[in-house]
Amino acid sequence: MSGTPVTFTLNGAAAGGFADPGGNLLDLLRRGVGDRTPKYGCGQGSCGACTVLVDGAPRLACITLAESVAGRDVRTAAGLGDGAGLGALQQAFVDHFAAQCGYCTPGMLMAATALLERDPNPSRDAVVDAIGGNICRCTGYEPIVEAILAAARGAREAR
Amino acid sequence: MAVKFRKDLFADERDDSLAEIGRPTIRQDIQGHVTGRSPFYDDRHFDGLLHVRCVRSPHHHARIRSIDSSRAEAMPGVVRLIRPRDVPRNLNTLLSLIGFGRDDEPLLAERKVAYVGEPVLAVIATSAAAAETAAAAVTVDWEVLPHVLDVEEALGPGAPVVNDEYPNNSFDYHDRYDHQKLRFGDAESAFAAADRIVEGEYQMSPIEQAPLETCGAIAAPETGGRIACYTATQALFFSIGVTGKLLEIPSSRLHFIGGTVGGGFGGKVDSHHEPVAVLGAMLTGRPVKYMWDRAEEMQVGGPRGGERWRIRDGVMRDGRITARAFTGFFDAGAYTRLSSYAVQKATGHLPGPYTIPNVASNVYCVYTNRTPSTAMRGFGITAVDFAIECQMDRVAEAVGMDPIELRILNAYRDGDMKAHRRSAKNCALIESCQVAAEKAGWRLSAEAMAQSSRIGGGTGWRGEIPETVTDDEGRIGERRRSGLAPEPFSGAGARGRVAAGAASDHPATGNAPQREDMVAEAARLGFRIDSGAPQPAARPAAPALAASGDEPRAPAAAAAPALPPGHALPAPPPAQPRREPDADGPAAQVRPGVRRPGVSPFISGSRRR
Amino acid sequence: MPRVETYATAAEAVRALGPGARFLGGGSLVMIDVNHGALGVERIVRTTDPALRGIRVESDRITLGAHATMAEVAGARDLAFLAPAALAVGGPAVRNAATVGGNLFAPHPYGDFAVALLALGATVHVADGQERPLDEFLDERSGLVTSVSFRRPDGGAFRFRKVRRVRPAGASVMCMAALLNRSAGRLSNVCVAYGGMAARPVRARAAETALEGVPLDRGGVRPALERAVEGLDPPTDALASSWYRRETAPVQLRRLLLGEDRG
Repeated sequence: MSGTPVTFTLNGAAAGGFADPGGNLLDLLRRGVGDRTPKYGCGQGSCGACTVLVDGAPRLACITLAESVAGRDVRTAAGLGDGAGLGALQQAFVDHFAAQCGYCTPGMLMAATALLERDPNPSRDAVVDAIGGNICRCTGYEPIVEAILAAARGAREAR
Repeated sequence: MAVKFRKDLFADERDDSLAEIGRPTIRQDIQGHVTGRSPFYDDRHFDGLLHVRCVRSPHHHARIRSIDSSRAEAMPGVVRLIRPRDVPRNLNTLLSLIGFGRDDEPLLAERKVAYVGEPVLAVIATSAAAAETAAAAVTVDWEVLPHVLDVEEALGPGAPVVNDEYPNNSFDYHDRYDHQKLRFGDAESAFAAADRIVEGEYQMSPIEQAPLETCGAIAAPETGGRIACYTATQALFFSIGVTGKLLEIPSSRLHFIGGTVGGGFGGKVDSHHEPVAVLGAMLTGRPVKYMWDRAEEMQVGGPRGGERWRIRDGVMRDGRITARAFTGFFDAGAYTRLSSYAVQKATGHLPGPYTIPNVASNVYCVYTNRTPSTAMRGFGITAVDFAIECQMDRVAEAVGMDPIELRILNAYRDGDMKAHRRSAKNCALIESCQVAAEKAGWRLSAEAMAQSSRIGGGTGWRGEIPETVTDDEGRIGERRRSGLAPEPFSGAGARGRVAAGAASDHPATGNAPQREDMVAEAARLGFRIDSGAPQPAARPAAPALAASGDEPRAPAAAAAPALPPGHALPAPPPAQPRREPDADGPAAQVRPGVRRPGVSPFISGSRRR
Repeated sequence: MPRVETYATAAEAVRALGPGARFLGGGSLVMIDVNHGALGVERIVRTTDPALRGIRVESDRITLGAHATMAEVAGARDLAFLAPAALAVGGPAVRNAATVGGNLFAPHPYGDFAVALLALGATVHVADGQERPLDEFLDERSGLVTSVSFRRPDGGAFRFRKVRRVRPAGASVMCMAALLNRSAGRLSNVCVAYGGMAARPVRARAAETALEGVPLDRGGVRPALERAVEGLDPPTDALASSWYRRETAPVQLRRLLLGEDRG
């Protein structure tokens, strides 16, 4: 099938693929590029499972036209590690039991990453708002909020 | 979040040298979750993957006159259709795997549909979009039928027949009744003697499971005629069994890979996707994915069933509840799935955690033209617990008593006789009430604070099995013919009596059965009853069951034993395999709760030592 | 699968639009239909015209480019009064996509920002150079919107309130916005707009009339509360019934008008 070639930066490396006509970024990442960390939950921008960062801002990959990210910087949960192991935010999720079924987790991590990069010292309300578009149907919000706050605390103490 | 334990309570009964409980632990799958690498079924990619979309009913209830799929078949990307006749055995019920209930649900409806969204045809295409476009191009000639969406309307005479296998719109219990009965004591007389009657009706709407990962499965041919199936199922072996049955292939040909579930809550036991995907892979020789999109998940995913409960209590001035009657309706939707079992779970939960000497209940598993409901987090218990606790508040108001003290007064205590003829053990409701009141800053009387689950239980009437009045009302089909009210003891029919029984603390058998047909079948219990079990000695002479003659039972297609009125069969654990009584020889004689190879020590047994 | 056509200018894009095409702004509405095969047309038209971006704040007039996102509006200096309305839309990721222009096309129960614009008496500018009052535009919702503009409200005159069942990012049970102009201590030329109370954002004409010339206090607004839903037939949907919306609208209107800051 012919598609539109789209090249962009994915987690710091050059990436590209063919987007279906009218195809969304989620399909391009999962099928075109092979990064399956963003998840399909609704296809209508309601659940946040496909949250990725485009030029540092959280976007919902399922309602983002794939070709609109040409030349831009895209980041997913696949790029969150610190090389050898888990990144600090991921480790905070581990320590605080902040995942149950795990399906919302990559989206939560990306929404939190965007927040912490913008506001390293977020209030609890700011954390709740930052993940406000991400549904955890297992309803494990409290541990997730705790994990994000702990990651922020850890980063402050490390400075 | 730190867990706090009240170690002052039941300290002498508990082993505190616990290695895990109360301590933080790291989930074994968390590394996959936080890296986004846990293998959900949709994360499996295959070259040449085909996609499925179903043609679905736009009507609550309709007959299928004809289907024209010629336009769809010619559309680009369409590989083939799956029609009802492609399904080797197109009828199943989930619990048939444990011999409970009759097959009543097709994988693809052939003659009629009974709920909005019921699939009649599956389209396999090279992309989900192509499959969807083609499915939309299939035209079905529907003959719209009258439908029923309310449980009580469905039970009434003249209601449309939702499910041909159960033409009375209710599940058949024990091949005899249209409801699950529970009778304990003499509720009618106790109501007459009560100071107050308190009645309430409670209802819970269906609840969507809405897992973040929509239900689905991917099947791919392997070598040697095997099919691999990557699935979101919550019940892998259940899904293998269902797939093998519908497709009439041995399970040895099915290689199922699961275990990573993006939110289940109960809804991912239904096993619709696996047989469709596997059949698609068999028919096309290619990998096939059947995955609901969000709209399908919300429209046809099995919800927690709606329930309606009416409770009638006989209450004394001092707050003691002396009689309680339930009338419960569980909305199964169009097909049984697990609702028949939910009703038995609910019945096993009555009358709530309270010692009430006279209890009667009729609970119905009703078919309506709604989306079939299924398992969900404590299904069968949630709604009736809500009803019972609302009712307790009403009772407290009626007798002018503090609602927590009313609960403490009526709570089970160790040794009390439950409506199921087992004595209550490990009771802790009184202590829970006291702690909850303390935490909420709610003042209780000194007397209420002094109560204990371990004091005063099982004494006098509290530990006895009373003489029980039975009835024979609500035989299969009777209600539809006569319009009989659903409440217990509604008809003018004759009453029977079961003599009072003797209480026992034997862990395996509970109390001596009062009648021969109350003897539990060892094969269904999953454990052996050892020779020390109390025999149903001094069996009361079969009491005159003044029922209207012994109607011949319906031909017993199902294996469920036919039980007489006055006895509720404890719900069988669904996944527990049947054991032959002599399977392991005399050396294997065990008591429940005792470790035995291959059996979870948590299946049964007592918490306290 | 629809074809995507990207144009450098709005003028080219508007020429490419027609019966067989749909305009794609931020994507938060149109992509849903694309994903579900419900677009109904063969072509998607978009433009990268920088003229559609940007927010212009002049002395007494504010112009929001059609491609300005909710996140940009919420973060704009000098537009703090409008931030609550922009922040009412979706979660952070949706606000990074959703645009001012797109919000004018959002179907019920969405379109909270359009409700705010309606109360502000906004004018819609479309690509053919024409302009129309928003209230009129919402009747047909057609044309390629390039910007909306409105007179900067007097300090403290603008009020916005959203009622939702799911926090922080649920859809509206209803939302309300008001422009409370005053003259000699009394309300004058008041504008009240509702979302979630009809198929499109609507003015609460009866309430507006009842607010004319009254003082902004409990007694003054009472007649307006009584006429809060006059002439309206709110919809029943999964979020709320028509009855619920009718019964609670006066309470929400009072909270809006008197600035009672309750959840």
